[in-house]
Amino acid sequence: MKKKLSFLERAAAVPHMVWVVMFIVAPLLFVAYFAFTDVGGGFTFSNIQLLSSYSHIFLVSICFSLVATFFCLLIGYPLAFFMSRAKPSTQKLLTVLLMLPMWISLLIRTYSLMTLLDNGGLVNSLLGKLGFDPIAMVGTGGAVILGMIYDFLPYMVLPIYTSMQKLDNRYLEAAADLGCTPLQTMLRVVLPLTVPGIISGVTMVFVPSISTFYISQKLGGGNFDLIGDTIERQFKYPSTYHVGAAISLVMMILILISVAVMNRFSDEKGEMIV
Amino acid sequence: MKTLSRVYMWVIFALLYAPILVLVIFSFNEGGSLSSYTGFSFRWYGELFRDSVALQSLKNSLFLAVSSAALATLIGTFAALGLDRMRNQYLKGTVNSVTNIPMMNPDIVTGVSMMLLFVAVAGILGISDILGRWTMLIAHTTFSLPYVILSVLPKFRQFDPSLREAAMDLGCTPAGAFFKVELPHVLPGVISGFIMGFTLSLDDFVISHFVSSPDFQTLPLYIYNQTAHNVKYSMYALCTLIIVTILALLLLVNFAGGIGDRSKRRKEATK
Repeated sequence: MKKKLSFLERAAAVPHMVWVVMFIVAPLLFVAYFAFTDVGGGFTFSNIQLLSSYSHIFLVSICFSLVATFFCLLIGYPLAFFMSRAKPSTQKLLTVLLMLPMWISLLIRTYSLMTLLDNGGLVNSLLGKLGFDPIAMVGTGGAVILGMIYDFLPYMVLPIYTSMQKLDNRYLEAAADLGCTPLQTMLRVVLPLTVPGIISGVTMVFVPSISTFYISQKLGGGNFDLIGDTIERQFKYPSTYHVGAAISLVMMILILISVAVMNRFSDEKGEMIV
Repeated sequence: MKTLSRVYMWVIFALLYAPILVLVIFSFNEGGSLSSYTGFSFRWYGELFRDSVALQSLKNSLFLAVSSAALATLIGTFAALGLDRMRNQYLKGTVNSVTNIPMMNPDIVTGVSMMLLFVAVAGILGISDILGRWTMLIAHTTFSLPYVILSVLPKFRQFDPSLREAAMDLGCTPAGAFFKVELPHVLPGVISGFIMGFTLSLDDFVISHFVSSPDFQTLPLYIYNQTAHNVKYSMYALCTLIIVTILALLLLVNFAGGIGDRSKRRKEATK
């Protein structure tokens, strides 16, 4: 038997729905509108066509974010595994240690890394004391990728760690009993069971990496234009809003497609994670 | 295996904290240098506190964080109530996925899309400078909403409806049963939603970057502008103060009962 709903219960979600339509749906429609119109307001495909001249920027951004995501996974996966096998009290401390950088503004973290790597920074002055020539690090692609890895590593580790925690230790024991070497246990038991965590971690590193502009500005020294930088620049002057909207639209669609594709790899019953 | 795991964790955490530690240490450096430590001093802190723009940005940040979190908590809590009672599963699913869009979209797209909306509305209404305090409030409320709903909705789901019936049997009006029995049950979710919104708002840079104007700066925007061209040592001091505050809050929250982390919430979003 279903109870009749009171007015409050029926109307409670209405303000939220209005808000969402006004400030989430409408803005996205405006992105599409700006992407397909010119300054005068007429319909045009020229903004989208202009994107071909930005293809190398898309390529560089995708490469940088893929490399950064790969290294985050490579570094973060063992870390998550070791963390999940530590004593419960240690685990709690390690989780706090991992989360603290996530709460510190990305600006501060990137800035602190930049001051370390800068020409007059600590790393170079230490190298100088050891008798090496200073290396210009800020302004290289490597520094930008390092910045992405440094900034987003915790976002990779945390979801993997969460799925590792759910992993029953008896699975590992059973695998060892049945003759698996530690490496085999890792590859054939642990890895498949933590795929949802990996998917979530990869998404949480890849999406901010590909859309960043602060990291490339600070650590790239202005030598690298990523998608984020390009979008940010287009929105400084009203005359280029339309091109900026077109780039944003394409990036959003690319990301949504790749997230959807990745989620298909995730177990149907497992957590679908974005 | 045990030593390997310990060494590995030490190395990664050391690398993760090294830049932050260096920044904290050099904020107390007397001379203006990134590489040589010449002596302990509060010089940069003094300079920071004499900077009226920095103090104004801090005030703006706090105003914005409190007001956007309060607004998001108000709208979000009622939304969670409505979603919990909603029988139209199709509508419910649609509302949920639309609400979560800002969580999945890159921040830059969210920021840009809102900016275009505001600019277009300003064009229609003939206002020349719409960006500022109010657009920031709208933007921050919008990206906090999904987090509030995610922390309140499960509380409504867990609530046993027979408790409400019991309250009414004992003479409560339906509204009384809601406010006296159900609301206290969901209150922890409401509070953690508020805290989430508050911290997200304080931390946000990318979305604010697009919907703000120079006359309403928040702390992250101030840091961005100050670090745009050259190294400012008073920024070291500011960053140190922020880090210490976050550390204190995180310890407080962790030992006052865990309020979840962002990624967990993100994950629950699409369950």
